[in-house]
Amino acid sequence: MKTAWTNAWLTVLKRDLLLALRRRSDIATTLFFFVIVSSLFPLGIGPEPAVLSSIAPGVLWVAALLAGMISLSRLFSADFTDGTLEQMLLAPEPLALLVTAKILAHWLVCGLPVVLLAPLIGLQYALPNEALLVLVYSLLLGTPTLSLIGAIGAALTLGVRGSGLLVALLVLPLYIPALIFGAGAVAASQHGMSAQAHLSLLAACSLLSLVLAPLATAAALRISVE
Amino acid sequence: MFMAQDLACLRGDRLLFKNVGFELKAGGLLYVLGENGCGKSSLLRMLCGLLMPEQGAVFWGNKKIKEDAESYLPNLTYIGHLNGLKDDLTALENLQISARLAGNDVSSKQALAALTAIGIARCANLPVRVLSQGQKRRVALAMLWLTQSQLWILDEPFAALDVASTEVLASRLGEHMSNGGMTIITTHQDVSISALTTQTLRLSA
Repeated sequence: MKTAWTNAWLTVLKRDLLLALRRRSDIATTLFFFVIVSSLFPLGIGPEPAVLSSIAPGVLWVAALLAGMISLSRLFSADFTDGTLEQMLLAPEPLALLVTAKILAHWLVCGLPVVLLAPLIGLQYALPNEALLVLVYSLLLGTPTLSLIGAIGAALTLGVRGSGLLVALLVLPLYIPALIFGAGAVAASQHGMSAQAHLSLLAACSLLSLVLAPLATAAALRISVE
Repeated sequence: MFMAQDLACLRGDRLLFKNVGFELKAGGLLYVLGENGCGKSSLLRMLCGLLMPEQGAVFWGNKKIKEDAESYLPNLTYIGHLNGLKDDLTALENLQISARLAGNDVSSKQALAALTAIGIARCANLPVRVLSQGQKRRVALAMLWLTQSQLWILDEPFAALDVASTEVLASRLGEHMSNGGMTIITTHQDVSISALTTQTLRLSA
């Protein structure tokens, strides 16, 4: 039983990563979006290091939120139109489990690259080394929440016309806690304070959504497929 | 034993059918007939548990499928309207992934044998994107040579198939029934399939 579950979970994960590999343009759009949005601010605001480094945490986090979001509507829509979602629903394994594999694949493809690229972008904002490190930590702990909560929105808007915009309206308000703690962590370290509290709260958000989001997503998928 | 009792289906505010019931025993074949749009596909989705019945229930053994999905789903193979194939993966990859998801860990050799059985082995390493409608259908149906489940629910399995593959599929269905399997299909074609018992369910609005 347990090995069958692991097998099915790994199958879904591998399939989604393989698909992402075959359509690299999808990954590239997310990344370029993040790079371009976060590069526009220094160009628009001017090269004042003090100003730039004070807006950096918020801007980078918002850019990361938006980048993760543009890829969300793709999370289940292809599976929905080609019928693989139906097959996932009828698989003997719990749907919530298979959903976590899909979310993990989404995070590895859309979230992790943003985390890795963030310190490079942070340099444009004259962030000190220590703050750069906290930025990476905060994104590493926070972006999984974004994928997890986003999955609920993606599942709820499945098959609805104009779902891309609807996902944004549904999901962005739910991203607020992650944004506050994430940007707060970087700001705290800029002001010479410990970022520990913010990071702990971010980790708590991630853990909580890891427990609840797959169940909610699975329930939403069942409704959408009906 | 597979049984449906007093099923009714409501789509929007339109009643598609009501009082639909049947009982299927090992080796039984059930044809679901009816004109377009009378709810055949909805009925099949209901029997799988993808669609909630407005009324009535579906039983596997003597338990409702909704309450005992763990024992029902491993015994079910459903091939619907949609083929459930990924365009960017090859036929072989698709088949292996579908089988694994259904809890059936097949080697690429077994998957290739299944594709050979339905006469599509030479497309095994092509991405499904470049295949024709009938070829895609055959890749999806190749699953029937890999699955060990007892109940097959097939929505228009013969649509888009050529004469030769129709015969191959019909004989595979016959083999399944002679091994004690059960099949529920919708079709508009006149195909003869051998079974221990054959029933017909006609849906009408």
